Amino acid sequence: MSEHLHKYLRTQAFPTPFCAGCGHGILMGAVLRAIDDLQLDFNKMVFVSGIGCGAWIPSPHFAADTLHTLHGRPIAYATGVKSFNPELKVVVISGDGDLAAIGGNHLIHAARRNVEMTVICANNSIYGMTGGQVSPTTPKNSKTMTTAKGNPEEPFDLCKLTVACGARYVSRYTVFHIKPLINSIKKALVTKGFSFIDVVSPCPTQFGRRNKQPTLYDMMNDLKNRSIRYETAKSTKKEDLIGKVVIGEFNE
Amino acid sequence: MQGNIACAEGALAAGCRYYAGYPITPSSEIMEHLSNRLPENNGIFIQMEDEIGSICSMIGASWAGAKAMTATSGPGFSLMLEGLGYAVMTETPCVIVNVQRAGPATGQATRPGQGDIMQARWGAHGDYRIIGLSPWSVQEMYDLTIESFNLAEEYRVPVILLADEVVGHLKESFVIKPEVEIFNRDNTITDKPFGTTADDGVPPMPIFGQGAKLLVTGSTHDEFGIRKVADPNVQDKLVNRLCRKIDNHKEKICKTESYLVDDADYLFISFGISARSSYAVIKQFRKEGIKAGLLRLKTIWPFTDDIIKRVANNCKVIFVPEMNRGQLVLEVQRALCNKQVVSIPKTQGEAIYPSEIYNEVKKYIK
Repeated sequence: MSEHLHKYLRTQAFPTPFCAGCGHGILMGAVLRAIDDLQLDFNKMVFVSGIGCGAWIPSPHFAADTLHTLHGRPIAYATGVKSFNPELKVVVISGDGDLAAIGGNHLIHAARRNVEMTVICANNSIYGMTGGQVSPTTPKNSKTMTTAKGNPEEPFDLCKLTVACGARYVSRYTVFHIKPLINSIKKALVTKGFSFIDVVSPCPTQFGRRNKQPTLYDMMNDLKNRSIRYETAKSTKKEDLIGKVVIGEFNE
Repeated sequence: MQGNIACAEGALAAGCRYYAGYPITPSSEIMEHLSNRLPENNGIFIQMEDEIGSICSMIGASWAGAKAMTATSGPGFSLMLEGLGYAVMTETPCVIVNVQRAGPATGQATRPGQGDIMQARWGAHGDYRIIGLSPWSVQEMYDLTIESFNLAEEYRVPVILLADEVVGHLKESFVIKPEVEIFNRDNTITDKPFGTTADDGVPPMPIFGQGAKLLVTGSTHDEFGIRKVADPNVQDKLVNRLCRKIDNHKEKICKTESYLVDDADYLFISFGISARSSYAVIKQFRKEGIKAGLLRLKTIWPFTDDIIKRVANNCKVIFVPEMNRGQLVLEVQRALCNKQVVSIPKTQGEAIYPSEIYNEVKKYIK
């Protein structure tokens, strides 16, 4: 990572535990670049995460206060931190399984309650750490360790969900779209109220190799090809959007 | 004043400034009262989406510097157990009030019970210790809530106030002392917020925003907070310190009260509202010339073998009345394995009456 960002890192915690080709390192860099651009006081930031690969982005790598919590519960913990000390800037970084499956209840209620925090979903569409089981954001028909014949279920659209719950700022980008992603994180961090970013991140180890995308190159190309801008998606037929990744800002 | 309200007022007197909870009978009055009283006292009240969210948000607030509390009853307490384990592992001071009702499952929501005694001690997974207190009056709903906060802050451990529906809804007058003794955690910034040189020590606890760059995790961690999820020595050291910091300070933590025990042939060992009925029984027996005494455990967990052995030494038979199938009696039998220890259980979802205890005990008195 660039040297100017080292001050934000617990360098003794490196190398990261992430697999080769994992997108989470790119997301980690994007979060720190956004914070650096905004010149936020890192000592007044608290990074809360749950359990899973995405939860390891801030803990132990960020040299700030970090709260590595129970599976699915980071938003509930963050609610307590922020409510008691509103001067702290609270950021939740966790995975799709953590935030959307076991933690779904806390996600919708924090958005409804409009607790001022930024929730970043490191969405690799799979339970990576536990060995590659289907998650609530796994695309339909994808193969996982628990859907050998293809995922029969529809995935969650977490952006539509959080918009419906009242989130003040909602966006989705992939780690391929790094510049807009950093800009979006900056917007989220200065939002007065609840903000949510769904960051689609490749997992070649658990997802890609079971879905004919064994390398990071394959997965990045796939993300690039499947992405469609929110504005374009609005005038696209519903059936043409199947399998697409709608990127952009979701609040109108 | 009602017991539950006294509990809420005790929390405020102890310095509680954060409450997160979810409605559940028979504890809801605590939450309702604090929803008004906390904002009046620069505190934060939040009604969460469930009991899991309640305990987790309370733990978050504690790391942000709050003295924090939640209150619930059986079904909610069951949901809170994962958070209880997390609070133990991260050494987070917090208070959980369990106004016990008749279970299992939904059971009888408005009826009293004391069936969560063992759950409070053993409910979360893994090896650990908590502190559990048992109030027998409205006065103690106030006093022991303050005591719960003090112990939580001193030992960096979740403290469970094991009340029941009877004391929760009991109305009686009580004394609010103008000055109460308050213990505040040590917020000194340290690079070792999870380790001490002593193997039974309590480390200082910096809070978020001080610049301590805290690494708080429910995974096994070293003294710096760094995850060590495969190191056998770190696991061993941490788990043992978490237990020893309570076990080795039992003498200071454990509070009991004795009534007429010095010459007692027949000893009652009880807690909470069951102890109050037992107290009426020993007075009756004394009137009849039978030497009965009562040892009341205000602290249930950690369990005080030492005091029980000392008090029971010259007693012939020991009786343990409780509003469950016989839970605390198992600990008493373990501690007094050479004595006759008799369980006096009640599982009818109502208070155990002095007459019921009297009639049962009478069979053993010659």
